[in-house]
Amino acid sequence: MELSGSEIIIQFLKDEGVEHVFGYPGGAVLHIYDAIQKQDDVKHILVRHEQGASHAADGYARATGKPGVCLVTSGPGATNAVTGIATAFMDSIPLVVITGQVPSHAIGSDAFQEVDAVGITRACVKHNFLVKDLNKLAETLKKAFYVATTGRPGPVVVDIPKDITAPHIKIPYEYPENIKLRSYNPNFKGHPRQIKRAVDLLLNAKRPMIYTGGGIILDNASDELRTFVRKLGYPITQTLMGLGAFPGTDPLFIGMLGMHGTYEANMAMHECDVLICIGARFDDRITGVTSKFCPYAQIIHIDIDPASISKTINADIPIVGGAKQVLSEMNKLLDSAEPASNQAALESWWNTIKSWQAQNSFAYAQKGDLIQPQAAVEELYRVTGGDAYITSDVGQHQMFAAQFYPFDEPRRWINSGGLGTMGFGLPAAMGVKLAFPDKDVACVTGEGSIQMCIQELSTCLQYDLPVKIINLNNRYLGMVRQWQEFFYEKRYSHVYMDSLPDFVKLTEAYGHVGIRVDHPDDLHDAMQEAFKLKDRTVFLDIITDQEANVYPMISAGKAHNEMDISPLQQEVQASLKAKGELV
Amino acid sequence: MRHIISLLVENESGALSRISGLFSARGYNIESLTVATTEDQTLSRMTIITVGSDRIIEQISKQLNKLVDVVKLQDFTEGNFIEREMMFVKVRAEGDSQRAEVKRLSDIFRARIIDVTDTTFCIELTGSGDKLDAYIRSMHENNIIEVVRSGSMGILRGEKALTL
Repeated sequence: MELSGSEIIIQFLKDEGVEHVFGYPGGAVLHIYDAIQKQDDVKHILVRHEQGASHAADGYARATGKPGVCLVTSGPGATNAVTGIATAFMDSIPLVVITGQVPSHAIGSDAFQEVDAVGITRACVKHNFLVKDLNKLAETLKKAFYVATTGRPGPVVVDIPKDITAPHIKIPYEYPENIKLRSYNPNFKGHPRQIKRAVDLLLNAKRPMIYTGGGIILDNASDELRTFVRKLGYPITQTLMGLGAFPGTDPLFIGMLGMHGTYEANMAMHECDVLICIGARFDDRITGVTSKFCPYAQIIHIDIDPASISKTINADIPIVGGAKQVLSEMNKLLDSAEPASNQAALESWWNTIKSWQAQNSFAYAQKGDLIQPQAAVEELYRVTGGDAYITSDVGQHQMFAAQFYPFDEPRRWINSGGLGTMGFGLPAAMGVKLAFPDKDVACVTGEGSIQMCIQELSTCLQYDLPVKIINLNNRYLGMVRQWQEFFYEKRYSHVYMDSLPDFVKLTEAYGHVGIRVDHPDDLHDAMQEAFKLKDRTVFLDIITDQEANVYPMISAGKAHNEMDISPLQQEVQASLKAKGELV
Repeated sequence: MRHIISLLVENESGALSRISGLFSARGYNIESLTVATTEDQTLSRMTIITVGSDRIIEQISKQLNKLVDVVKLQDFTEGNFIEREMMFVKVRAEGDSQRAEVKRLSDIFRARIIDVTDTTFCIELTGSGDKLDAYIRSMHENNIIEVVRSGSMGILRGEKALTL
């Protein structure tokens, strides 16, 4: 089969099983777009901004587990996509981003719409390629997919000069089934002796703690994790990225940990004597100050990326390997293990944890006729039966969604954890909806974040992607305002969102349905109405309490046991102490 | 502590900037970095001299190993290895006594004079970094016109080798 470079790209994507490409045309990719136009197998979604393309492909990848693909032009096309590429990089999401480049002979001449895409993206990709030879195009694309999806996944950029895609130059094409990369051999199998040591340590723990992250979801290891946790009966906490891997409604799950995690999860981290971390990386939002992190614990760390082990927190038993494989090995060992002798200690540990749980650290107070943002998320949970795909942007609303929408399945909670990218939520929701058209998909956002990629409402209309936008509108950049309240004596610097658009009218202008809610009594009906309109994109503009804060909170330089708790929880703590029920 | 890390990397454009970019992005020190192709034209050999705590050196090795272009890596510091650096020094050499003094010093260091004019010598010297430093210190500061150092390169002693 003789194909041009453009035809090779499309044929390759088809052979690779890619169904959807998110992109935006331009000069350097015109040949490729001509090839796209001539076929129906690979569907192209035209976004309204290249940042939307990379976020949508990212959301698609997070929800499906398949690599997300986007196609953008050279210069500004590539630079606009960078935020989405960096977002995927920080959360280890497999993306393949094809960027057009000026013709080979013009590279380096400051040609129109030329940027060094390989240079610019180098620091935020797992790897990148510049295709210099048409004969290596298919092989390079295969390498890109292989590198993006294996080991610790991540985004890969393939920069393709325009002359490589010229329609009149055709070469034989064969799908490269196998490619060799002598310098890249990700290790999936954990060391058996280390695994045995870890299981022995776990079985003798008196105050054990299981801490898992996004690695479980990326490696599709939820089933193995569930078996593992239930066999042991130990408490589990999950990071923001790991939510849903273990069911959020299971009693063994004691809530998210970290800066805005539950009191019980953070206290248990502080007090535990054995900590097993699987597929998480001891991020600074998780550990608090590292010098006071888990002071009594021996630490087991399982990660597919050796560089994540002992990076910030030293591991006593490091295990390099895929979560799925290591957990199944551990489960086998647990099956054949002697009955554990730590039952009495475990029971007392659980009693301690329950006393912490009794404080209900997420409790919030209803204030007059103001809608509390937490209540809006709780309502979302009720109306969707806890079964929706929830994407979010970044800020207070993101934390409220993570705290008040317990996810029972993996890949349902889609947010930018590492990079913290405002503007991620809406395009990511489009990617999810495209993959799962029959599922409820909601984007929990705020009036700050949504405006960073609001243009994608237009894409939702064009491709019939009826997502629900749950806008927690407090007229403030809430998380920044919260920090200014706590740490800058309420000097609110540039956080008030003045001159906001009328979101209802704006949504209607985009051809969708807008609903405004400003009273708690109307919340339920409005939420129901939004989800009843199955075929419509609905923008629910919820006017919330302006000064609601996210609690509990570990401030900078503090440890897990030094959380700031909400005023309401302070009252609960006082009353529990008075009754002698607080350990 | 000072470490000498030797790498085999794909001989591809961009490999060098990936490696140097990693050091700058993560705030690691590079004291020197040398690179050239090997007998296998698809491979480059790189020697990096870096300074850091054990934890940082471990991270540097791991992060370098993660780069797709890095084929093989070894930290020589713990083992038995040879380290050499090459240097050119151009010095002012005017008048018989000064010329004789430079020549004498160069002989002591087993340096070679590779270019001569009526006012200058260009000297080539190979050795450990310390030896090169000592040579420079032995010269009168005002006499030095120019110093060009290659940065260190290293090789394991005996049968051991960093090869594919």
